[in-house]
Amino acid sequence: MTSGSTQAHAPTPTIPGELKVIHDATCTFCGCVCDDIELTVKDNHIIEAKRACALGKSWFLNHSVEDRPSCTIDGNPASLEQGYDRAAQILTTGKYPICYGLSDSPCEAQRVAVSIVDWINGTIDTTTSVCHGPSGMAFQGVGEVTCSLGEVANRGDMILFWGSNPAESHPRHFTKYSLMPKGMFLPNGRKDRTCVIVDVRRTKSAKAADIFIQIKPKKDFEALWTLRALAKGIELDPDLVHRETGVEFSVWSDLMDRMKACKFGVIFFGMGLTMTRGKHVNSEALLALTRDMNAHTRFVAKPNRGHGNVTGADNVVSWRTGYPFGVNHARGYPRFNPGEYTTSDTLANREADCAMMIACDPMANFSQPAREHLATIPYIALDTKETPTTRSAAVAFAVATYGINTGGTVYRMDDVPIPLRPAFASPHPSDYDVLTAIELRVKKILGIT
Amino acid sequence: MLPMSETFILIPGRTTDQGCGVSEGKFNDRYQKAINALQVAPGDMTRLGLTEGDRVRLTGEEGQTVEVCITAAKKDELPEGLLFIAYGDISSRMMTGDTHGSGMPTSKGMEVTMELIQKVVA
Amino acid sequence: MTSPDYTKISQGIVYDPRNGIDGEIRDIWILDGRVVDAPADPSVRASKTIDASGLVVMPGGIDMHCHIAGPKVNVARKMRPEEKRRGEQMPRTNITHSGSMGSVPSTFATGYKYAALGYTTAFDAAIPPIAARHAHEEFEDTPCIDKGFYVLMGNNHYVMQSLMNNEPHKLKAFIAWLLTSTKGFAPKLVNPGGVEVWKSKQAGNVSGLDTKVDHFGVTPRQIICGVAQAAAELALPHPVHIHCNNLGMPGNWETTLETMRALNGYRGHITHIQFHSYGGGNGDENTFNSKVIPLVEYVNSHPNITVDVGQVLFGETTSMTGDGPLGYFLSKVYGGKWFSSDTEMESGCGITPIKYRNKSLVHALQWAIGLEWYLLVKDPWQVVMSTDHPNGGSFLAYPQIIRFLMDKTYRRDVLKTCPPAILERSTLWEIDREYTLNEIAIITRAGPARILGLNNKGHLGVGADADITIYTPHENKEVMFEMPRVVIKSGRVLVEQGEIRETLIGKTLHVQPNYDLDVETDIQEWFEKYYSISWRNYPVDLSYLYESCVIPTRRGS
Repeated sequence: MTSGSTQAHAPTPTIPGELKVIHDATCTFCGCVCDDIELTVKDNHIIEAKRACALGKSWFLNHSVEDRPSCTIDGNPASLEQGYDRAAQILTTGKYPICYGLSDSPCEAQRVAVSIVDWINGTIDTTTSVCHGPSGMAFQGVGEVTCSLGEVANRGDMILFWGSNPAESHPRHFTKYSLMPKGMFLPNGRKDRTCVIVDVRRTKSAKAADIFIQIKPKKDFEALWTLRALAKGIELDPDLVHRETGVEFSVWSDLMDRMKACKFGVIFFGMGLTMTRGKHVNSEALLALTRDMNAHTRFVAKPNRGHGNVTGADNVVSWRTGYPFGVNHARGYPRFNPGEYTTSDTLANREADCAMMIACDPMANFSQPAREHLATIPYIALDTKETPTTRSAAVAFAVATYGINTGGTVYRMDDVPIPLRPAFASPHPSDYDVLTAIELRVKKILGIT
Repeated sequence: MLPMSETFILIPGRTTDQGCGVSEGKFNDRYQKAINALQVAPGDMTRLGLTEGDRVRLTGEEGQTVEVCITAAKKDELPEGLLFIAYGDISSRMMTGDTHGSGMPTSKGMEVTMELIQKVVA
Repeated sequence: MTSPDYTKISQGIVYDPRNGIDGEIRDIWILDGRVVDAPADPSVRASKTIDASGLVVMPGGIDMHCHIAGPKVNVARKMRPEEKRRGEQMPRTNITHSGSMGSVPSTFATGYKYAALGYTTAFDAAIPPIAARHAHEEFEDTPCIDKGFYVLMGNNHYVMQSLMNNEPHKLKAFIAWLLTSTKGFAPKLVNPGGVEVWKSKQAGNVSGLDTKVDHFGVTPRQIICGVAQAAAELALPHPVHIHCNNLGMPGNWETTLETMRALNGYRGHITHIQFHSYGGGNGDENTFNSKVIPLVEYVNSHPNITVDVGQVLFGETTSMTGDGPLGYFLSKVYGGKWFSSDTEMESGCGITPIKYRNKSLVHALQWAIGLEWYLLVKDPWQVVMSTDHPNGGSFLAYPQIIRFLMDKTYRRDVLKTCPPAILERSTLWEIDREYTLNEIAIITRAGPARILGLNNKGHLGVGADADITIYTPHENKEVMFEMPRVVIKSGRVLVEQGEIRETLIGKTLHVQPNYDLDVETDIQEWFEKYYSISWRNYPVDLSYLYESCVIPTRRGS
């Protein structure tokens, strides 16, 4: 295992009192992964993040060197070596070890995590399973017609957002990629585009819409199926459609006419589809609709991925195991089954007997049953900040922040790989350092060369 | 305290304050404030005699409960019958353990009942 | 004084076509990962001797066209969980990682399987430059083999813009800059111009070499000529590598012939040419027939052209291609799930599951046409074995192809299971030729090495990389080739009888041609206008290559 790319891009030294500027820095807070940020660094603090949105600024300005021990065991300060030993011991004595998280780690670290899980015959899952995992399942059913974000900027003249609120989740989405850019084939930028937003409430994004459609909660599938029928010229009962979707038939009909008439349509979709009744079936309806539209015009769909490197996690787990998330190695080889090997289930069903949580916070983000079980098993946590998860961990590592202290590779939501340009060094180890040390010990214990 | 047994639909979601708060620290004020505020449509508040800052209990389909303070949604941002809260500890407690074979617990569109447990102190 | 650490392969039956060795019994000496002369002092012993008496010894296999890394391959992996559940499982061992198979194996499985098959080098056929970083990351997780990739250029906006503005020196500089920035190996054209038309309109595509591409107004012919010439002027070790327009269409043999003519005498490699050798017309499958003979005639008389076959094998597999509109077309033919992605400024891709059935006349013809190619090209140095893995079938089918080529009875037996009409549409039945082991060594090792410009591979002369495969002879050549006795990579024994003994990460082979740095300013200006990532974040630096190996241009620079 190499770390070429992580180490080659370590931050340059910071001279006390002097300002240092980092150009083309990469922000990893959300899936936009903007790589045009200009950071001003002073004494191990980022004091300015030009071009970053509110979320990005908060990300850069609030990640300084945490004055906490790099390692605690059962809440008490310990040496890193003691922590690595204890972690390896936990992982190799469990019968059903799970590893979860990874969406805020660089690919180099993710690869080590998958490696460890392979050696211990464990289960690896990423935050994808509670984000766009359902969309991944849908894609395994019908496929996906998509494009890179620059293609949206250059050609997308009809932009739909379904169950997604970029104004608050991906604040630079409209300006950088989807609505404002003056693209190669859209020289007038916003004026050359129509924006349609479909949601159950009038979100802050709705202000950007030319057309806002407020649908009944939990009726996204019915609405998308209505559009599929319209795309295929199938007759529908307008009253039924109105009753089911909460939106008049004429609105859907008009929308479909516009969709058919555009040159390059794009549907961005989010948790409004994956997290509600229907889940992967909702995503499947949207992906099928997109595919169907290609009989009329060019049309693509894109899931708005939440975290900076959740797409990287999908890619890494896929290339190493063949499956994107929820992968179990109990038989010595990878097996995939969402709903069984995914972490919400391995915890809520009380199957996991130990865990490693990397860059995630299940103690705060998971269901009660899952949290209750997690509290009863020994687990390791890696995080840059203190969270409910780190506070109850058997072994907790305070790690350096990727993209701020350490380098590596991340994948933007459209699968474009981008390198990190860290700003200042941290005395804390990186995810990569911690996982590599744990892997070494795991291999030794298991007699693996 | 007058209980209400109307069903509402709870929509957790991301917000700017919640997102910025994650970076500031989950134990800090901004984040805690964001994830502990339940948005109610003004029309619903008026109809049910609720005031900004009232404390309510939400109960889900499997008996899961949380207690949280309410705040009025702005103008027409939230349709009546819906409740909104920023993702976090509170919203997650309203998810059940069942992922319906998908790996994803139902995290939006949960049916809840709402009861008033403490009026805001003037 | 300690003696050097020699390994000796003793008394094997050696096939080394580049050095004119055709089944001679010889020793091979290895030192520090390379083939060397026997020590001058006869008292010096090898510290390790492999007794190869009675065994066939060849250079390690080279797969010069396969799809094993990068965004579209990884999407295909993710897309087909159902295949893996049914397929062969690959459990981990104390020295190897676990993996999954199906038609698109995971990265570790890919490396181990190639090695176990006696292959020591493989080139991914089509990487979009913006995702070069991804390919390199996957390469680092693809052990046991040396690797490289071809860079998609045939629908690249700067390429088309330079041609539109008649600026060949900019085109040349751009190609060199792009290869250097991506750490790639050669220029790849996939349906040149066609993917750009697909992006521009519903079901868009080009219909021939002289269709004008939307917005740029250039033709596929101009793209082919321009890039072929630039590649030649840059003296790249491997020339322009072309997936012709109209893949799969009845009547497309004419497009293929025109493409070969468009090279104007410059070197060019036509890939998976089986898919481009069809007679018939008007999109009518019922008129499908083999046009290998006229195409072979052209190849036989034009040494500037080389081909790899793209053999189809009966069974289920996944089609994955940079040819976006082709993916759309195939998904409608097969009715299965369909993935398509358009990459800004550069390329597209299409993925859909497919199945070749021997009872289908069209599929049987495709299979037969592939074999016709191998058997009808006069000079085996001009034809290379490939399945365009996984498009025609898995690379694991190479031993079966070898058996087809060496055993006319076997191939006729399989022909008998195909629809009888095949006899009117293909000449395969009549072909008596059977390949020799020497010829097999050419089309799977020596030939691709020469075509790729790899001076240290594909042969066993002094200075060659010690990538060596040892086979147990068997009458059934499929059995002989599917499980080598020993596989050596860089002088180390990696595999014995199908079992991995040791792994290594392998080198990444790439080119670094010189170019006019002044043009970079123009490239940057163009880039920063419409790309969605920063200029500085586009190129891949050497830290991404575990072990880098620059292959010199043909002028040695």
